[in-house]
Amino acid sequence: MNSKKDVAFSLEALKTGDRLEFARLVETYYEMIYRLAIKMLNNPQDAEDVLQETFLKALRGIQTFDGRSSLSTWLYRIATNEALMALRRQKPNIISTDEPLETEEGEQEPIQIVDWCCLPEPELMSAEAQRYLEQAVSRLSPNLRAVFVLRDIEGLSTQETGEVLNLSETAVKPRLSRARLRLREDLSGYFGEKLVEGKGVE
Amino acid sequence: MTSQKCRHLLGALSEYIDGTLEEQLCTQLERHLADCPDCRIVVDTLNMTVSLYKQSADLTSVPEEVRQRLFRCLNLEDLLGNPKTS
Repeated sequence: MNSKKDVAFSLEALKTGDRLEFARLVETYYEMIYRLAIKMLNNPQDAEDVLQETFLKALRGIQTFDGRSSLSTWLYRIATNEALMALRRQKPNIISTDEPLETEEGEQEPIQIVDWCCLPEPELMSAEAQRYLEQAVSRLSPNLRAVFVLRDIEGLSTQETGEVLNLSETAVKPRLSRARLRLREDLSGYFGEKLVEGKGVE
Repeated sequence: MTSQKCRHLLGALSEYIDGTLEEQLCTQLERHLADCPDCRIVVDTLNMTVSLYKQSADLTSVPEEVRQRLFRCLNLEDLLGNPKTS
């Protein structure tokens, strides 16, 4: 998933405004930035705005890029911030339902015990299921969503995710855990129903 | 999954499926999993959840016109190569 992140670029060329080198940078990374944006925002127009704004900011800010992180991490950081700002514009007054989990370990959260792993692959990977997966992500709070998208969809390591979000690894792990458990609950509800429907047909 | 033990171990499952859980807790968890079918279901479905999202990343593609508009807004239109074949 992240095979492109080690592509070498001439920082000198980028900083002196070499258009060819910048075009190569865009060509290499636009897909991953768009994917991050669409998974964060679940809206193609907002995702395209984030994509464009990310590279416009990169173009203007490349002079100040200090090379302490990789270029891909730097681009992810710009894009994630843009996406978080876009989320605030999308739903300025809504507090996500998973926020209370941020404070405690969620001792009283219900836990669904349905083994839906046995569902056939076409059912798990259907277009409808894909839409449900996307909606489930958008029900996470922006902070949990960012960690989950970077770590599990973009395939960044815990350390890289921390670098993008300016968090320590020990802060990334519990957020990732909460995001995954919450999504598991959500998907268990959805696929659990599929399981019941499937049995009804037999 | 209703016991205190299950609740207590819930927070360790994410690191467990990544294979990064520290050894002592890992042993404790595996001992519990051997006797608790409910927790095994939670581990399996948690694994499946992460796996489905990983697969969903590969299904996301960028529409060609989005790529073209991006190059245009960066004044790189003349460097827009051939459409990607994926």
